[in-house]
Amino acid sequence: MALVDPPVREPLDLTRARLSTRRRLADRAATAVISLACVVALVPLVAVVGYVVTRGSGIMSWEFLTSDIPRQYRVEGGGMYPAIVGTLLITGLAALMAIPLGVLGAVYLNELSRQNRTARAIRFLADVMTGVPSIVMGLFVYTIWVLRFERQSAFAGALALACLMLPIVIRSTEEMLRLVPDELRQGSVALGSHQWRTITSVVLPTALPGIISGAMLAIARAAGETAPLVFTVGLVYAPSWSVSDSSTALSAQIFRNASQPFAGAQDRAFGAALTLIVLVFAFTALSRLVASRLAVES
Amino acid sequence: MSDPTPASTALAPSPPAAPAVDVLAVQEEPTVFDVQGLSVHYGAFRAVRDVDLQIRRHEITAFIGPSGCGKSTVLRCFNRMNDLIEGARVEGRLRYHGVDLYDPAVQPVEVRRRIGMVFQKPNPFPKSIYDNVAYGPRITGQKGNLDDVVERSLRAAALWDEVKDRLKRSALSLSGGQQQRLCIARAIATDPEVLLMDEPCSALDPIATARIEDLMREIKERYTIIIVTHNMQQAARVSDRTAFFTTEASPHSDTRTGVLVEYDLTDRVFSNPRDERTESYVTGRFG
Repeated sequence: MALVDPPVREPLDLTRARLSTRRRLADRAATAVISLACVVALVPLVAVVGYVVTRGSGIMSWEFLTSDIPRQYRVEGGGMYPAIVGTLLITGLAALMAIPLGVLGAVYLNELSRQNRTARAIRFLADVMTGVPSIVMGLFVYTIWVLRFERQSAFAGALALACLMLPIVIRSTEEMLRLVPDELRQGSVALGSHQWRTITSVVLPTALPGIISGAMLAIARAAGETAPLVFTVGLVYAPSWSVSDSSTALSAQIFRNASQPFAGAQDRAFGAALTLIVLVFAFTALSRLVASRLAVES
Repeated sequence: MSDPTPASTALAPSPPAAPAVDVLAVQEEPTVFDVQGLSVHYGAFRAVRDVDLQIRRHEITAFIGPSGCGKSTVLRCFNRMNDLIEGARVEGRLRYHGVDLYDPAVQPVEVRRRIGMVFQKPNPFPKSIYDNVAYGPRITGQKGNLDDVVERSLRAAALWDEVKDRLKRSALSLSGGQQQRLCIARAIATDPEVLLMDEPCSALDPIATARIEDLMREIKERYTIIIVTHNMQQAARVSDRTAFFTTEASPHSDTRTGVLVEYDLTDRVFSNPRDERTESYVTGRFG
């Protein structure tokens, strides 16, 4: 039973010209719309960064980064050193509390729980907690910690930020652990490895770059938070490295200074904003570098 | 011929080579595993039932049969990998040098240090080649310089010459066949007595398959090997004994349960099977 070859239409034309007018118009239109959407999406991003850099660079200097905060808003000049110290201290402390706890929680959820009822409950609560407004976290810590000890402190602020970071770290780490192929776990177990050794030597190192990205996202989010800090950390004008004393943060200083009618205060607010952006950016770049160093050369 | 495609043309195995002498030699080897009445359930589902067989030392035993016949399930009983599957339950007796592997006092971790496993898909860890091979010795507490162990294992897996200049490179930079030999080296590094291989060549091309098969023949002097394979020519080429499994309808439900049909010297299974189900499988009439 011989099949007849379909006839080849002559001349063979495979160019765009063969497409119908409708198809060509649709193609053009779609390309235009997507390009436009991309440009529009970039506008606020570039505008925000550009505006902060323009307004903030005027006051930016070594002196600004190392001087105390003026006690009166109407004064020109001054610096943000105490706020930089406060942001580093509070965010660092919060990261120290939330990241180990969050990673261990995710290990429980994905590696040990076998997806039982407790695990489902924890996952649900973490999801709910991600959506809780940050000011509620601040209110919570204000009630259970600040009012109880009658003291605003860097630690109280860190506690509020840690509550905020914890669900983010748990969920992002769990997603990363889920991506680790089961074959690797089986390979490790088949070599006579205990489960804990499998987790620490194979599962966590494999997921590490992703875990670091998730932790960075949480840190960046926490470093920019203002609401939970304004009523938990108090206010200082000179740098304080003590966790049990009052502190201040860049985000809180932006809020306080920007809401004043004085030009000097507004300049300081933009200087603080620029400092915060650079700080978060530098930290993200650093952690990317560390993550790439930790990955095996291939 | 090393084409691993299913056995539509599988007639008989390659020429039967000097059986009489070999048979006598292999029959004298002592028993490593003694399996009696082994059944495995996953929850309410019975995957395989009533398996009886003996695995002898320094032999290659092949498990063949159609998909779902329980050959991988049985293989995973030998190093208690079924423990990882929720709801898996093993009945019957599985003795390793007289010790019941499913005795409650037996530590699965100790079992797995003596009985290594190579998986269907090459699964090197995303670490350097060196660290992959050194993983097993390290978890058993060996400290310090493992260069000797790493070199010996890579040589035994016929991979040393290809990787000796790049031991610090990622294992993921290797080709599929190299990765699978690395996994064999990794299993050998803990100095096991038995190697379980679960379709080790199914993800490899014919050339890489041939290399793994050569390797198996070389290392069987030192190890007892059990291999699950879908490829009947492979079983015929490398194994001393073959166990043929198939599925049968369960009497009480519409699921199918795996059973061991025939277990004998490979030459006999392929050239003169006792059971007609074996015959129709090895001649390519079903499966």
